[in-house]
Amino acid sequence: MRFLTKLALAAAGLTLTVGAAAAQTTIRWLHIEQNPAQVKIWEEVARRFEAKNAGVKVEMQFLENEAYKAKLPTVLQSRDRPHILYSWAGGVLRTQVEAGVLEDITAGVGAYKDNLSAGAVEAFTVGSKLYGLPYTVSQVGFMYNKDLFAKAGVDGGTIKSWDDFLVGVKKLKAAGITPIAVGGQDKWPLHFYWTHLAVRLGGKPAFEAALKGQNGGFEGETFQKAGELMKQLVDLEPFQTGFLGFKNQQALGFFGDGKAAMNLAISHHSATQRALAADKKGIAEDNLGWIDFPMPAGGKGQPSDTLGGVNGWIITKGAPKEAVEFVKFFISDEVQRELSKQNFIIPTFKGAELSLSAAFMQNVAKNIAASQYHQNFYDQDLGPSVGRVVNDATAEIAGGSMTPKQAAKAIQEAFKQGN
Amino acid sequence: MSQHSAAAVIRGRPAAPAPAARRKVTTDGQIGALLLFLPPALLLFTLFVVMPIGEAAWYSGFNWNGFGTPTRWIGFDNYRFVFDTRGFGIAFRNNLLIIAVSLVIQLPIALTLALLLAEKFLGSLALRMLFFLPYVLAEVATGLIFSFIYDGNYGLLASIYRMFGAEAPHLLASTQTSMLAILIVVVWKYFGFHMMLFIAALQGMDRNLVEAARIDGASRWQVLHHIVIPLLYPTIRLSVFFAVVGSLQLFDLVMPLTRGGPADSSNTMVSFLYNNGVSRMRVGYGSAIGVILFVICVTFAITYKRWFMRDE
Repeated sequence: MRFLTKLALAAAGLTLTVGAAAAQTTIRWLHIEQNPAQVKIWEEVARRFEAKNAGVKVEMQFLENEAYKAKLPTVLQSRDRPHILYSWAGGVLRTQVEAGVLEDITAGVGAYKDNLSAGAVEAFTVGSKLYGLPYTVSQVGFMYNKDLFAKAGVDGGTIKSWDDFLVGVKKLKAAGITPIAVGGQDKWPLHFYWTHLAVRLGGKPAFEAALKGQNGGFEGETFQKAGELMKQLVDLEPFQTGFLGFKNQQALGFFGDGKAAMNLAISHHSATQRALAADKKGIAEDNLGWIDFPMPAGGKGQPSDTLGGVNGWIITKGAPKEAVEFVKFFISDEVQRELSKQNFIIPTFKGAELSLSAAFMQNVAKNIAASQYHQNFYDQDLGPSVGRVVNDATAEIAGGSMTPKQAAKAIQEAFKQGN
Repeated sequence: MSQHSAAAVIRGRPAAPAPAARRKVTTDGQIGALLLFLPPALLLFTLFVVMPIGEAAWYSGFNWNGFGTPTRWIGFDNYRFVFDTRGFGIAFRNNLLIIAVSLVIQLPIALTLALLLAEKFLGSLALRMLFFLPYVLAEVATGLIFSFIYDGNYGLLASIYRMFGAEAPHLLASTQTSMLAILIVVVWKYFGFHMMLFIAALQGMDRNLVEAARIDGASRWQVLHHIVIPLLYPTIRLSVFFAVVGSLQLFDLVMPLTRGGPADSSNTMVSFLYNNGVSRMRVGYGSAIGVILFVICVTFAITYKRWFMRDE
């Protein structure tokens, strides 16, 4: 009997000690990263942060991209929302700020933000207040399979203009190679064509004018022309058969398997295609080329203008101040170098890009550094209600069910109806 | 008019008195039970059925992105937007198509199989289970399985085509065939359910009627036509009801297969609602679609019950 009492006391004592040692603050962190190798590093980073900050626990949660987007409004307004959320900045961020669900972290971050690329930080600033921090930037461009290009007698290095590009596509087709893999079911991979053509044709002024409703808004000449040039490409039937049924992941796998010569990709897809290829190896680094999005004749934009993303972490209203500290730690020089070394990200911490080991990613980092105008993806920048219409309309141009004119009109109408 | 004469008037009509009289006989015990059991049920019903419907109707009057409380009242504009959208017309047409296929193809298949399998013979039980299996499978899983089968590069369909040396079509990736592909899955998935309903009804049927008819010299076809099918009518009516309401609500098969694409060609009203109301965060617009769908379903349910299921 006495033994049992002792045991019970010991057990109670043990529970108490464990209780006291347990975290006083839990930071809930919701992400959408699917690459296990990268998530592993993130987890290590979280554990390191916990070790440095006694009494703080970092809890990682995961949602798949599309599910995350669908759930975001509900997640943000729930009482036990995560403290740190993934964000593409842009119109969605502005909506969230207007709704008052994000924390103003200007004071918490302070001068730390000066360590990061100014343009990327700017993306998370709404009305001079900071609501999050960027940890990576990306660029959209054609990644290509050098072997297949050589087989068709095309030199990727010489493709500069839209016409060069179309000639290349024709040559690839003639050689019996599928020129481009694209994930048409997800629609956004198709919107890159239209958006990037608009960026090349009109540059920054055209987009800003459209936002103000000038020059016919998104129904104006620049955007109609973007649709027409996209149609030129579509008419060559450059995509894999059944591309409208492919998710982006499938298309990347298809490209990784060497079944198509190109993919209009976000820069970090160069790593994703390896993970998604059937042999898990995909196209090797030295066989993977990059073509900056070609310049159409008469385009008013600069060839150095870039389209891409600015991704980062936003802090939700009422989050503990440790959440900001963790994000700062996550975007510290040390962690950014670690992720860069494996080419997972183009870092935002100034100087960390020197750690990039792949020539492919170094090139992208150089492009972004040289860019005077980095346009965020339209489907993010214009917010969900207009952005998704851009995706729809461009997918319909690709599928031949909408003319460029109708597509431009649909986008402008959605823009007028607003959120 | 006195009570006596009122009763006399009622008594004068033969059909009416029975239910009227029954309704009057509510004993004290029943009232007690009513007071005890009705409030919780009513509360739950109000909380989880009436209020959400009311809320949807209320939200449908706003231009609202789902954040905070809605403030921009736009009246019936959302309904106008819905009816102006080409995609909604397609979705509505697709729902009608699903209903038609369910009634014209799925139910006859189910009935035929039920008539064959209601008899006890070696393997009839196994066959029944086999045909019922698709219904047991979760909708999303079914969708995923068929998206693999239909895949034009790696799918089962592709390998069958390849056996004949042909290039497989990408059924889900073309506006011409996406709906066809979904319809095939719908029929495959739900015919077993209706078959089981019919088998249950057939087994509950009075065999004496059939035997009597056979003894009187009726042919197999005559028995089927004049006795079995008429006795099955209540079940058929129920099946039709399930098929129509189920078709109107079809969603979870569509999402994994096509997400309503390409170019809205395979949206149903519910997937259209999801794509617009949830993905685009146009909550007011989505609510308007929800209300329209609700009105269609309720109208159908009430008229159908009135016209076809009066006696049950």
